[in-house]
Amino acid sequence: MPQISLEVNGKSVNTEVAANTLLVDVLRTNLALTGTHVGCVTSQCGACVVHVNGASVKSCTMLAVQANGAKIMTIEGLSQGTNMHPVQAAFKEAHGLQCGFCTPGMVMSVTDLLSRNANPSETEIRSWLKGNICRCTGYHNIVKAVQIAAKSMAVKVAAE
Amino acid sequence: MTVMENGIGAAVKRREDFRFLKGLGRYTDDMVMPKQTHCVFVRSPVAHAKLGKIDLTAAMKSAGVVAIFTAADLEADNVGGVPCGWLVTGRENKPMVEPKHSILASGKVRHVGDPVVAVIAETIEQAKDAAEKVSIDYQELPAVVDMTKALKGGGTPVHDEAANNMCFDWELGDQAATDAAFAKAAHICKIDLINQRLVANAMEPRAAIGSYDIATDEHLLVTTSQNPHVIRLLMGAFVLNIPEHKLRVLSPDVGGGFGSKIFHYAEEAFVTWASKKINRPIKWVAERSESFVSDAHGRDHVTHAEMAFDKDGNALGLKVDTLANMGAYLSTFAPSVPTWLHGTLLAGQYTTPAIYVNVKAMFTNTVPVDAYRGAGRPEATFVVERLMSKAAAELGIDQTELRRKNFIRTFPYQTPVAVVYDIGDYDASMDKAIELADYKGFEARRAAAKAKGKLRGIGVASYIEACGIAPSSLVGALGARAGLYEAATVRVNPTGSVSILTGSHSHGQGHDTTFAQVVADKLGIGIESVDIIHGDTARVPFGMGTYGSRSLAVGGTAIVNALQKVIDKGRKIAAHLLEASESDVVFENGAFQVKGTDKKKTFGEIALTAYVPHKYPIDHIEPGLEETAFYDPKNFTFPAGTYICEIEIDPATGQTEIIKFTAADDFGNIVNPMIVEGQVHGGLVQGIGQALMENTVYDENGQLKTGSYMDYCMPRADDVPSFQVATTVTACTHNPLGVKGCGEAGAIGSPPAVINAVCDALRDYGVGHIDMPATPEKIWRIINGAPVAKAAE
Amino acid sequence: MYSFDYSRPGSVADAAKAASANPEAKILAGGQTLVPTLKQRLASPSAVIDLGGIADLKTIKRDSNVLVIGAMVTHDAVARSAEVKAAIPALAILAGAIGDPAVRNVGTIGGSVANNDPAADYPSAVLALGAAVITDKREIPADQYFTGMFSTVLDAGEIITAIRFPIPKRAGYAKMEQRASRYALVGAFVADTGSGIRCAVTGCGAGGVFRSTDIEAALSANFSTDALKNVKVSPANLMGDIHGSVDYRAAMVPVMAGRAVAAAG
Repeated sequence: MPQISLEVNGKSVNTEVAANTLLVDVLRTNLALTGTHVGCVTSQCGACVVHVNGASVKSCTMLAVQANGAKIMTIEGLSQGTNMHPVQAAFKEAHGLQCGFCTPGMVMSVTDLLSRNANPSETEIRSWLKGNICRCTGYHNIVKAVQIAAKSMAVKVAAE
Repeated sequence: MTVMENGIGAAVKRREDFRFLKGLGRYTDDMVMPKQTHCVFVRSPVAHAKLGKIDLTAAMKSAGVVAIFTAADLEADNVGGVPCGWLVTGRENKPMVEPKHSILASGKVRHVGDPVVAVIAETIEQAKDAAEKVSIDYQELPAVVDMTKALKGGGTPVHDEAANNMCFDWELGDQAATDAAFAKAAHICKIDLINQRLVANAMEPRAAIGSYDIATDEHLLVTTSQNPHVIRLLMGAFVLNIPEHKLRVLSPDVGGGFGSKIFHYAEEAFVTWASKKINRPIKWVAERSESFVSDAHGRDHVTHAEMAFDKDGNALGLKVDTLANMGAYLSTFAPSVPTWLHGTLLAGQYTTPAIYVNVKAMFTNTVPVDAYRGAGRPEATFVVERLMSKAAAELGIDQTELRRKNFIRTFPYQTPVAVVYDIGDYDASMDKAIELADYKGFEARRAAAKAKGKLRGIGVASYIEACGIAPSSLVGALGARAGLYEAATVRVNPTGSVSILTGSHSHGQGHDTTFAQVVADKLGIGIESVDIIHGDTARVPFGMGTYGSRSLAVGGTAIVNALQKVIDKGRKIAAHLLEASESDVVFENGAFQVKGTDKKKTFGEIALTAYVPHKYPIDHIEPGLEETAFYDPKNFTFPAGTYICEIEIDPATGQTEIIKFTAADDFGNIVNPMIVEGQVHGGLVQGIGQALMENTVYDENGQLKTGSYMDYCMPRADDVPSFQVATTVTACTHNPLGVKGCGEAGAIGSPPAVINAVCDALRDYGVGHIDMPATPEKIWRIINGAPVAKAAE
Repeated sequence: MYSFDYSRPGSVADAAKAASANPEAKILAGGQTLVPTLKQRLASPSAVIDLGGIADLKTIKRDSNVLVIGAMVTHDAVARSAEVKAAIPALAILAGAIGDPAVRNVGTIGGSVANNDPAADYPSAVLALGAAVITDKREIPADQYFTGMFSTVLDAGEIITAIRFPIPKRAGYAKMEQRASRYALVGAFVADTGSGIRCAVTGCGAGGVFRSTDIEAALSANFSTDALKNVKVSPANLMGDIHGSVDYRAAMVPVMAGRAVAAAG
């Protein structure tokens, strides 16, 4: 079996995986990082989005071996302890989640958006999020959450 | 009314969010049991076939296989079929046809996805490898797919017991009075419509883990259910013959339900049964494509309806004739959906004096159909509200005016279809919607759009629903095989914190916050001192679960009643400590106080005393402070409102854009407005999805053509706008919180609002009706005078 | 997923060697089509050769009047590339509208062009711009490259290394999405190449991407949206399904081409 080395949420991981193992399975099964979810088999729903080398990626559509050598960030790595990343805090503030199943993928997707576009318009937010399906919120409060997060991150940047 | 911080009426941020946002939610598939095995079901690839030889030889030799089971193994153990929870009695007192629904298909397969063989292996990939080696001889039969054709009979019936494929032929209302009303009508509005089949598509696919402990003879089922106690009851009593005390059902975090996770499913029973056979835990997790062929679907009605009006636009009568698809087997609550949850809502918000409805429920070779967000009420609302807007156009009366002309304004109101509305103010929600939508300015916007080459339309829908399900004696008389009360225990801990054990189940609704607000408010304690526990039959005494917008109205009332018992007992203890008469002690702001004095004991002091009963009326009061209440509602609750949708069509492509959507709802009193708004938003998008995008398409052989997100159109962020949501309040008259329920409204009111808007935009093209989903192609065909394919396009 | 041998060669030569050694091997680019295919057990290659380790394939280069995009350049990189935006803005716009962001971060131009999904976006740009598909063995002009749905002239084991786009005078792309999958239901790429007008249509051809001569003729006479008002595209050779009949898709071809012209400016 191939040996892979990853950096997952800042920790280095060396593990043996079968070549036919998906990245999401390594995260969920081998590393017990169950915050990353699987909601479909056709790469549509986005519940499995994580960052690979800083970019949002559907971890159900990447072989673990493809990620060899990469830095992976999952929802568990976004903030430490009882802290919340501004995007996480904004989702709570705006009631941008209900059942929570799509939420980790949604949050990881939004953090990627805001790293590229600090002040997205509603149209840009909605277009960006079309790869993340939510059946609960009707997206209204998710859009609000992104706007709140953008503002609070802008304030933070200005303060630094 | 002043709103206490974190009390009733406050927009408290959700307490459950932290774990979900941190990736620390605990869903069924997140759990790993020691020595866990994995199960894969071999499902029928054909819609209808006799089962010939099943050859497991090669599969048994496949690496990692632990066991393989078929129906014969279950039959050898006398395992029962999946039970149906509601017996509908049709015309002439004829009970519905109720064929056996085997856990694994026996003798015949009846829909694509019907499970035939279960393969258990060490890993999921090994189970899949072995499943591919199972050889099954399917002797194909013609499939019954189209209900209209099914009704005509001929061919091989889905079940021998129902030669004409009819499950029941049900009616409600006074047919003679309705005929008489039609005889004197000045105008009759007619419509043929389809309420298309939908798939709930909770984002978490269904999953189940069965585990058996030989040491204690106890079974554990972890399952993605909206109502673990109901599953324990149905599976224990009717399928596996396991008494309640030996069966624990746990529904941890559940990723959305929308009705589809109410029902008892074969996979749950199978993993529970088989885990004892192999003496190891068994996990099954549906892949999405499997969900599409094994989760109960929703809706699927074909309806002809007529509404009679006098010359002034007063509604005189309504006739509704519906074919309702049950699919291949009766799912748990399937028969109640097109009958008692549909026929009883046909009065809508109107004084229509005579109503008659006939529903014929049909078996077809398709996935079973059951409740999906709204369940019967969206179907009823769609019929009534399409008729109202269509009639308004035909009569040349504004669609809001025709509605107002017919609004019910005196309460309680006995409808001609069995239910009694306790209270409502339909003008208030209509006024609010009209104002927020700038309804009066619409014609100017239509003209402006026309100047840009776009077709603008506006649609109104005034829905009513029956929630807070349901008075047990009433539903019992209507065929329910269970009571529909709710249970709650309030456990006051010695140091004054409170654990609430509720039979309601939260899978997105935010009970952890809303229920805690109610408790904090009633006890005058901090919300952080309240813990909400649900979803585990081993911890919660009993429950009927969450569906039908019932959690706060029924489950919340059970909590309130148990709290009252706690307060009553606390008052006795306080009276003893304060040496006052019990009738002189009042409970206010978290303290028991002797009226007219400053003598008081805080709630915490009383709790401690109850557990450290040194100075205590021990001869007539037991120590401890824990109370349970079962609440059986006196009536349904009747949320209602008016929705207004404004759309614009691009005539070049037929694409519809929602420009503005306004919802004005009356949910009674509101505990957490933030959560209520969120519920409405979500419902709206499911309803808009139904109106414009979603459809479940079978071909004539019963093959599902929309079996993944590649073909089933799930609404995405860029398909919908932000919404304008507002509420008006008439408090429910028969529960102490005055609440009605808000979970389903959005999905009920929005489809007719959208379709009314589309029809309005297309009014110059002679369009009487357009079936859902109103796809760009259908609209383009209307605009271009091309024939529109009916039904399964 | 069935099991397979996996290799991640460091050069095109090594990848080609591995591919020629095993005719049943599949080449893995971004994997946004191949991985779902494997996951659903719809393919069972004995080996997968991952091009992800070949740095040479990840570059975008402009050379006077041509733009050369390496096969392993992601859709996102194309969409954000200053070179691409300056040379062929329509190509950046097309890339930025493929699938969704997470797919664009991984999916590659080479993978898309090799797969030739009849509803993919890139083939229309390759064909309309008259690009050349460069492989480890040869250069293939776009007009000869696409041979049908999921079918190209690529030999087994032949590896696309880059796509070379001649820079047009102007070009535009417009599409209507299939609402479920978000692939193109009808997409049209129009290009005024300087030596003629080309229009390639994706999403609806029964044989995959195709050039619409009716639209090209109309636009050659008058490169404007108005010129397409009365153009009818024959439904023959189009594909239809539950998401759009052939008639509807045929009618949408000139509409999308018109919008592409408008976008081209």
